[in-house]
Amino acid sequence: MKTSLLAHAGRVWLALILIFLYAPILVMAAMSLNASPFYQLPFKFSTEWYEQMAGNEQIITAAIRSIFIACVTTVIATALGTCASVALFRYDFKGKRLLQILLFPPIAIPWLITGTAMLIFFFFIGIGRGTPAVIAGHVALALPYVIVTVTARLSSFDIALEEAARSLGADAWTVLRRVTIPWIAPGIVAGGLFAFAVSFDQFVVSYFLSEPGDSTLPVMIYTAIRKGFTPEINAISTIIITLSMGIMFLATRKARFGGEH
Amino acid sequence: MSLVDVRNVTKKFGHTTALDTVSITFDNGGFFGLLGPSGSGKTTLLRTIAGFYYPESGSILIGDRNVEKVPVEKRDIGMMFQSYALFPNMSVADNVGFGLRVRKVPAAEEKRRIDEALELVQLQALADRRPSQLSGGQRQRVALARAIVTNPKVLLLDEPLSALDKALRVDMQIELKRIQREVGITTIFVTHDQEEALTLSDRIGILKAGRIIQAGTPREVYDRPVDAFAAGFLGEANWLPDRLLDGLTLPGEKQSHRFAVRPEMLAVSSAALDGRNSVRGKLVQRVFAGAMATCLIEVDGQQWKLIARDRDLPDFGGESDVWLNWKPEDTIRVPA
Repeated sequence: MKTSLLAHAGRVWLALILIFLYAPILVMAAMSLNASPFYQLPFKFSTEWYEQMAGNEQIITAAIRSIFIACVTTVIATALGTCASVALFRYDFKGKRLLQILLFPPIAIPWLITGTAMLIFFFFIGIGRGTPAVIAGHVALALPYVIVTVTARLSSFDIALEEAARSLGADAWTVLRRVTIPWIAPGIVAGGLFAFAVSFDQFVVSYFLSEPGDSTLPVMIYTAIRKGFTPEINAISTIIITLSMGIMFLATRKARFGGEH
Repeated sequence: MSLVDVRNVTKKFGHTTALDTVSITFDNGGFFGLLGPSGSGKTTLLRTIAGFYYPESGSILIGDRNVEKVPVEKRDIGMMFQSYALFPNMSVADNVGFGLRVRKVPAAEEKRRIDEALELVQLQALADRRPSQLSGGQRQRVALARAIVTNPKVLLLDEPLSALDKALRVDMQIELKRIQREVGITTIFVTHDQEEALTLSDRIGILKAGRIIQAGTPREVYDRPVDAFAAGFLGEANWLPDRLLDGLTLPGEKQSHRFAVRPEMLAVSSAALDGRNSVRGKLVQRVFAGAMATCLIEVDGQQWKLIARDRDLPDFGGESDVWLNWKPEDTIRVPA
C-alpha cells in the first residue's frame, strides 16, 4: 500500500512539473490566437496577430538573420564536430582526455560569462561585434552538442568494419564514405539539429555579440518586450517554440541514444 | 612452393615485443593454423601479414612481392574477422560485392561473381537480406564469400569459428574445409582451440611469447613435439617422474630430457604387460562420457590421465592399484 501511495505522489509531482513547464507556453500560444490585445477573456479566435507579425519588417528581417546564422552554424559545427569525434575515436594521443574535457565548458559555463568573455576576446583580436562574431560564438556553443551525439553513435561502431573494408581494397576516403559515415549518419543529423536549435534559440551570446539594429530574433523579441508587450510577440514566440521543439524531437529520435542501429 | 614467406619479422608495441624474429613459410594452397595461448602473438602475426601492422624489421613476401611496407588495401588479401564485420547498411549481395566495386569491376561481371560466391556458400536465396536478418552461421558464410570473391592471393581468418556454438562450429569446420579445397586458396587462420587447429589444418604453427616454437603437420607436432610447452599445448601429456625412468625403454638419452605419454596411448591392467613400459598407479576416479571414458590415476604423487573407449576398460571393482602400460615408441622425449 505504501508503494502505491508513493507511486501516486510521484505521478502528481510529475503532473505538477509538466503543468508549470507547459502551461505558460500553452497560455501564450492561446493568447497569440485571441483577438483581444489585452489578454481579455472570453477567448475569441483571430489570426490578426500573425498577420500583423507577417507585415512587421523588423521581425521578418530578424527571423531571416536568425535562420541564416543557425544554418551557417549548423554546417560549420557539424563538420568540425564530426571530424573531432572521428579523430577522438580513432586515435590515441597525449592529452586526449584533457582535450575531451576542454571541449565541454560551453555546456558547463554560464552563457553570460561565455558571452562576456567572447565579447572581450573578439574586441581584443579585432573582429568586434557583428554577424561573423555571432556565428563564431554559436559554433563554439554548438560544437559540444555535435561531438556528444556523434561520439555516442561511434561508441557502438565496430572498428573491424573499417578494417574489413580496407582488407577488401578500399582506400581511407572510400572507407570513410561507404562505411564509417553511413554508420554515424544518424548521429551527425542529430548533432546538426542540436546545433541548429542551440544557435536559433541562443539569446545571451547573440545579445552580447550582435550589433544594435542587426539583431537575431530572440534579441529582437527581448528589445521589443522592453518597449511594450504586443500579442505579435506571442505569435512569433509560438512559431519559434513549435520549430525548436520539432527539431529537438527529431534530434532525439535520430540520435537513438540507446545505440542500437 | 611457398606463397607467403615471413622472414625474421619483429613487431613491438611500446616496450612489448609481440613478434620476436619470426620466420615461417606458408605453402601455396595449404590450410595453415596458427595456434597459441592468448598473448602468444598469433593474432599479431596474422594482422602483420594482412598489413594492419608494419614490422620493425624483417620482410614479408606474398607471391614474389615484398609487402612489409605495403598498406592493407594494396596487399590483395581476403580477411575474415572474429565479429564477421558485415556492413550493416548493405544487403548480403552488396556486402559480398564491396571488394569488386572498389576494384571497379564491370557491373555484369560483378553480379556474376557475387552469384558465384553466394552459391559457393549456399546463400543465393538470402542475397537481398540485411546482415541483421541472418543467423550467426549465415553471417559467417557471407563474411567468407566477401573475403574470397575478389580472388585474393591469401585468405586470413581471425578466430573464424569462435563466435558460433559447438554444434554449428563442427558443421562450419567441415564447410570451411570444403570451400577452401574447392577454391584452392592459401589460407592462414588463428585459433586458440587445439581441436579446431587439428581438424582444419594441413600444417600447424605453435606460438609462444612471440616466437614460433614448432611448425609442421598436425601429426608431426602431436607425435613429436619439440618441447614441453608444445607437448602440453597440443594434446595432453602425462609427464614421467624422473625416479620412475630406470627400467623403462626410452626413445633416447635421458640426460637433460623429459618424457611423457599421451592419455590415449595408455592401457590399464592388473599386472605389468610384457614388452611395454609400465608404471604403477592408484585409480582416483573414472569418468564415464558415453563412448569414451577418462580415468584419473595417481602415479608417484602426480595426477595422470588415461582416455580409452569405455568398453575397453576393465571393471576395476574395488581395486585401486593398477598398472599403466604403453608401447616404448609412444614415449615422447623433449629437452628439459
